[in-house]
Amino acid sequence: MAGTDPIHQFVIEDMFPLFTVGGDGTEGSGVHFAFTNSSLFMVLTVAAISLFLILTTGGKKVIPGRMQLLSELTYEFVAGMVRSSAGKEGMKFFPLVFSLFTFIFVANMWGMVPYFFTVTSHIIVTFALSMLVFLTVIVYGFYKNGPKFMKLFVPAGVPGYILPIVTPIEIISFLSRPISLSVRLFGNILAGHITLKVFTGFIVTMSSLGFLGILGSALPLIMGVALTGLEFLVGAVQAYVFAVLTCMYLNDAIHPSH
Amino acid sequence: MVTQAFAQEAATPAVTHDAPVDATHADPTAGTHATTEADGGAHASDVFPPFDPSTFPSQLLWLAITFGVLYVLMSKIALPRIGGILDDRKARIDADLAAADASRQKTDAAIAAYEAALAAAKAKAQGIANESRDAIQADIAAKRTAVETDLSAKVAEAEARIGKTKAEALTHVDEIATETAQTVVSQLVGDVSADSVRAAVAKVSKE
Repeated sequence: MAGTDPIHQFVIEDMFPLFTVGGDGTEGSGVHFAFTNSSLFMVLTVAAISLFLILTTGGKKVIPGRMQLLSELTYEFVAGMVRSSAGKEGMKFFPLVFSLFTFIFVANMWGMVPYFFTVTSHIIVTFALSMLVFLTVIVYGFYKNGPKFMKLFVPAGVPGYILPIVTPIEIISFLSRPISLSVRLFGNILAGHITLKVFTGFIVTMSSLGFLGILGSALPLIMGVALTGLEFLVGAVQAYVFAVLTCMYLNDAIHPSH
Repeated sequence: MVTQAFAQEAATPAVTHDAPVDATHADPTAGTHATTEADGGAHASDVFPPFDPSTFPSQLLWLAITFGVLYVLMSKIALPRIGGILDDRKARIDADLAAADASRQKTDAAIAAYEAALAAAKAKAQGIANESRDAIQADIAAKRTAVETDLSAKVAEAEARIGKTKAEALTHVDEIATETAQTVVSQLVGDVSADSVRAAVAKVSKE
């Protein structure tokens, strides 16, 4: 039954319950915390990243091996991204951007394994990550620039009589950042996984229709293969997009004047 | 039970659009609790799973834990280590390049010193050659002058001797003529006094 249901893959199941905060002790009341399949894949994601990066760089070789080179390339890729978007000052946020990029990327890659859960297919996770970025930008922006941070909403060189129109637009676009950032990642991963499931589900449905159905199921099979490739691309690109946009938002916090 | 659950899940996408509204209004687990139990403790309510608020606390808790751990591991261990490796490599390459540059400069200096020494040696050799040539030439010139002086002295002396001998010889000519004439005359005429012959020779040689 769950074999062809495209939504089933997003269901979160408790692996073991932890505790409940508040409530009157009855079933369903209060805020319930548990170790779920989502938690498992978050742990797997962090474990994969940390183990890979820490184990491959243990040798600290001047001439790197393949695995160490992979770690170094990841480092330089993200470092280059931060440096080019947010400048040298932005390097203090390098660990944050690096963690975000690798977390989303590896979570997406885990999600490509059949029967595995995709952490980033839940809006609450992507929203939490984008709120982390948003709040970092606001807190650091005000901490570093004080009230001058508000210049972000008043673009320089704009005539005074246009400002009443431009400033609200800037404020709205600023406030919608966490939404667009989280929905972009969530939507891409969710839609991609549903599409993949629907198309591959056709293979099962059609091949149960006899000989012609088995022949015909080659079409969704080809589609499924192509979509799998596409999903790997989407998973990587969305992690990159999230990281790049984070860098650009951080750049606003560091240099608020346009 | 199976079909019921399937029907429920199949119907899920239809309510997706107003799911967040539903989720906030309705008790998420109310009414569906029986099926939830049957599903093995899953939060399978009638809302679309990503919009099921009953899963939010656990997700947020574990996201905070795992992402926090990731951030700490990255910022305290992994990134400083990789950065250190890259810095070390850069420092080493720079040092090697600097050493190579220093060696090249040293080589250049050595070549320059060699060439200077060579030029100096050449100049010195030329100086010595010039000096010795000059000395030899001076020596030759001196010797030649000495020889020439010597020769001209000898020539002069010889000329003087020749002149003297000639003059002497010339003085003897009269005597020879006198004797010859006396002999010739005495053979032809008879005795003739030497004095008269001499006077006759002198008279002839004067003509």
